[in-house]
Amino acid sequence: MEPLLVNLFIFVLACFVGFEVISKVPTTLHTPLMSGANAISGITLIGALIVAGSAGETLGTWIGLAAIIFATINVIGGFMVTDRMLEMFKKKDGDK
Amino acid sequence: MSAFLPEAILMYLPTFVQIVYLIAASMFIIGLKRLGSPATARSGNQMASLAMFIGVIVTLFDREIVSFEYIIVGVIIGAAIGAVLAKRVEMTSMPELVAVFNGFGGAASALVAAGEYFRIAEVNLPGSDLFIMCISIFIGSVTFTGSLVAFAKLSGKISGNPITFPGQKPLNALLLVVIFGLSVYFVMDPTYLVPLLVVIGISVLLGVLFVIPIGGADMPVVISLLNSLSGIAASAAGFVVGNTLLIIAGALVGASGLILTNIMCKAMNRTLTNVLFGAFGGDGGAAAVGDGGPKNYKEAMADDVAVMTAYAQRVVIVPGYGLAVAQAQHTIREVASLLEAKGVDVKYGIHPVAGRMPGHMNVLLAEANVPYPQLYDMDDINPEFEKTDVVLVIGANDVVNPQARNNPASPIYGMPILNVDKAKAVIILKRSMNTGFAGIDNDLFYLDNSYMFFGDAKKSLQTLVGAIKEL
Repeated sequence: MEPLLVNLFIFVLACFVGFEVISKVPTTLHTPLMSGANAISGITLIGALIVAGSAGETLGTWIGLAAIIFATINVIGGFMVTDRMLEMFKKKDGDK
Repeated sequence: MSAFLPEAILMYLPTFVQIVYLIAASMFIIGLKRLGSPATARSGNQMASLAMFIGVIVTLFDREIVSFEYIIVGVIIGAAIGAVLAKRVEMTSMPELVAVFNGFGGAASALVAAGEYFRIAEVNLPGSDLFIMCISIFIGSVTFTGSLVAFAKLSGKISGNPITFPGQKPLNALLLVVIFGLSVYFVMDPTYLVPLLVVIGISVLLGVLFVIPIGGADMPVVISLLNSLSGIAASAAGFVVGNTLLIIAGALVGASGLILTNIMCKAMNRTLTNVLFGAFGGDGGAAAVGDGGPKNYKEAMADDVAVMTAYAQRVVIVPGYGLAVAQAQHTIREVASLLEAKGVDVKYGIHPVAGRMPGHMNVLLAEANVPYPQLYDMDDINPEFEKTDVVLVIGANDVVNPQARNNPASPIYGMPILNVDKAKAVIILKRSMNTGFAGIDNDLFYLDNSYMFFGDAKKSLQTLVGAIKEL
């Protein structure tokens, strides 16, 4: 099979997994969930690494550098802020 | 980093990288699943971040990566900015920050796709790859500027009212067609860069045009949708660089973001198309329900409120965005504690879309250490209002507007609301008689059992604390 087709299979199946994984979520968790999913979308960092790390001193490398900075902000900030939100729920469970 | 490895291991490296990707992808799925349940949410987030970490580390062993200077510089700068923003942000500004992060993710995906073109420009790319590259650049750029506009609307840097002008929708449609046409042109002649640059320019513009006609009250839905889009953009970037983990993780976010968007729309009893193209909220809505004539409302002072609440048996607190803006979550907790000390049964009734995002209120109240069992969802608290002596509505408006129940002409008709008007008395803490985010007058304020307690929520509650203490 062509790589494009294989990738298309992976994409469509992953979409179905995404639909199924998020079915019944209590309202309380919507904001943390959105924030966590948003951090995961920073996975594009991996693509940025490949673009920035492979070429020499070309325009591509500079674009890659910008992509790394943006993506890392998304990943690090996203996971940290999600953890901050969820930490509060944890503390509350201890109160019970 | 592969250069440091002995030849024998190098042979198995590509397989090894793919297997670790498979593990990371599975961890993302499990992490996302665990994020959906209160008991496991934190560990789910940690698992997802661990998956991200091992995904990044193993990518560094990719044979295509030969230089690390830019990577190290980029990661350090990005990590520092991200960490500072995440640490510094007030809990009340969380939705804005998620919007900004989301925009950066979209920008990164667009840059990855564009950078890939320059990286392998000399190699002949198949047309399908070039077209997906255009898609990635388009979605990533729209996500970027769209998220920034959403951020500006939420933080009040620009007006939350819908900004519309004649021919807006035809213009957007036309721009979409132009983007499609130029993308096809670019695929046919990839050496000529101008069409690609125009695609970037129009996409950036389209992100702005897409979000400005949407009212501030609907921004959570927009951010959720843009979050979904940034996942799709990442996935498209994965097609371009040929990375399976990117495709899977991006698709996961794209699909789950769409589900979340749908849940949010349902909570407001609206459809997504209505949110996106209805130009709902702000001044437009008011005209539809203006029935003229001055209406009377009663005003209450801190002392009145103190007496009413302290000698009540059951009090329900209904927090809204006004509470968040005024940073009053700690003060309301103090009021609740004082009332409980006087033997009052205090509960919190939380509307699914109270605040700026579903769950936003719960996060804020959790920050103020409000015990979890006191928080009630809409369906659990609604039957209780008839037995409730006093309801304190703090900075909430549209979610307690009885028009949603009994005025079919109202734009919010049919939206599930908290039936606070069924309580014996309702005290509404508000800055003024201005309309809420949806721009609709609230019949609740003029009911016989309603009292307005004007002022900034935090200051009002502080005076209330003093007044209760003096009783």
